[in-house]
Amino acid sequence: MAFVSRGFLGRSGTHRGTGELPPGQYDVGDGFPVLSAGPTPRTATEDWDFTIDGEVAERARWTWQEFRSLPREDVVVDIHCVTKWSKFRTAWSGVSLDTLLAAVDTSAEYAVAVSDGGYTTNLPLEDLVDGRAWIVDRYEGEPLAAEHGGPARLLCPHLYFWKSAKWVRGLRLSSTDEPGFWETLGYHDYGDPWREQRYAGD
Amino acid sequence: MARAAIRRRLTWRIATVATITRESDTARRLALRIDDWDGHLPGQHVDVRLTAPDGYQTQRSYSIASAPETPTVDLVVQRVPGGEVSPYLVDELRVGDELELRGPIGGYFVWHPDTDSPLQLAAGGSGVAPFLAVLDHHAAIRSSVPVRLLYSARSLGDVIGRDRLDGHAGRGVSVTIALTREQPPGWRGLRGRMDAEAIREHTTPADALPRVLLCGPTSFVEAVADGLVAEGHPTTAIKIERFG
Ligand SMILES: Cc1cc2nc3c(=O)[nH]c(=O)nc-3n(C[C@H](O)[C@H](O)[C@H](O)COP(=O)(O)OP(=O)(O)OC[C@H]3O[C@@H](n4cnc5c(N)ncnc54)[C@H](O)[C@@H]3O)c2cc1C
Repeated sequence: MAFVSRGFLGRSGTHRGTGELPPGQYDVGDGFPVLSAGPTPRTATEDWDFTIDGEVAERARWTWQEFRSLPREDVVVDIHCVTKWSKFRTAWSGVSLDTLLAAVDTSAEYAVAVSDGGYTTNLPLEDLVDGRAWIVDRYEGEPLAAEHGGPARLLCPHLYFWKSAKWVRGLRLSSTDEPGFWETLGYHDYGDPWREQRYAGD
Repeated sequence: MARAAIRRRLTWRIATVATITRESDTARRLALRIDDWDGHLPGQHVDVRLTAPDGYQTQRSYSIASAPETPTVDLVVQRVPGGEVSPYLVDELRVGDELELRGPIGGYFVWHPDTDSPLQLAAGGSGVAPFLAVLDHHAAIRSSVPVRLLYSARSLGDVIGRDRLDGHAGRGVSVTIALTREQPPGWRGLRGRMDAEAIREHTTPADALPRVLLCGPTSFVEAVADGLVAEGHPTTAIKIERFG
């Protein structure tokens, strides 16, 4: 690490030097920045459903009512956005993808999360199971606001937050890895914040 | 070239601060000299990485504010009070200092001059930075694409690039400035926050099928995006860069 920025000391704030902050990130404190590429879609819960399709024996679909009656989990996790902010101890509630994926029979290895507004993002299926990913519809005890991805978003906190697709409506399973929206535009295919996989080639 | 540029591996490189100029009371233009810069598209950004003597590093994104035709790569940074990086870039950095960065980044929030569709730009605060690159490029290539810019700043002293924007207005670009908090006596532009009426009156109508680029703080881009969708602009025509 030869280069030093003359005159820069940095904020001596929270999480610096604790090992909790991935490389290049900063702690945003109480803020919760909003990032998305287009206008915020607003889908009424009556019109909402969640589908798992693609390479499955039979597709699975839940209406909002059905989704809301599934077993729920409360999760408190740290989230890391590729635009450099990290937010610690965020509290969500929703349905584990282990529960949802148990409804389908598949030998697929990849998933594409598909959202209202046309957004997609790709993840290996193994990153969505074993208690590492959820479809969440509540944040800090309140229904998830539209600008943060409501009615429901994917939460997959061990990857950069663009993988946690807002306004999610389904998963498309496949035996091949198909790049999503940002992944097609030069962002990293996998997006591990601890290995600083921001852009293709990182 | 552009599409290849985002595929290439992005490596950290050292830029040298060539000049620093005042863009507003709170913003400075850092003109950077970067060896072997392969060019960029208006709308793209760079990631800046600062390193403290103890090895601590932090990064932020900054839009490229200069056209590809400009020999330097310019950033326009506005000081965010209490911020970790922007006060350093605005107040501490000197001509001749080195800055570590990588880019150009982003293949989505860009203006491709190869279409005839009119261009509607809307910026809040420092969100005007990428549009300075768009407008300078539009001028450099003598584009005939009609452009409108709706720009919201807190006060006249916060307006970034006033001289440049006046210059663009003089060559036919429609520039509308809204001052949200404080207006000088006799101010004839818009005042207050963006509302449905201001958006309707001061943007390209949906039936002209403009490409729309929105940039700035979330509250601003959310309001303008919702207003434009209500006016009948298709969501797919609206591209947004949020500064958080
Ligand atoms: C794609 C992109 C392009 C951008 N382009 C530009 C540009 O061209 N020009 C420009 O000026 N900006 C741009 N930005 C914004 C820029 O990246 C920075 O976010 C901005 O400069 C603020 O950074 P900072 O380090 O000064 O503030 P930060 O340290 O990030 O702080 C921001 C605010 O949050 C508060 N805060 C932060 N952390 C804490 C904490 N732990 N506890 C309490 N409060 C806290 C601070 O007090 C401050 O008010 C861009 C952003 C993106 C994503």
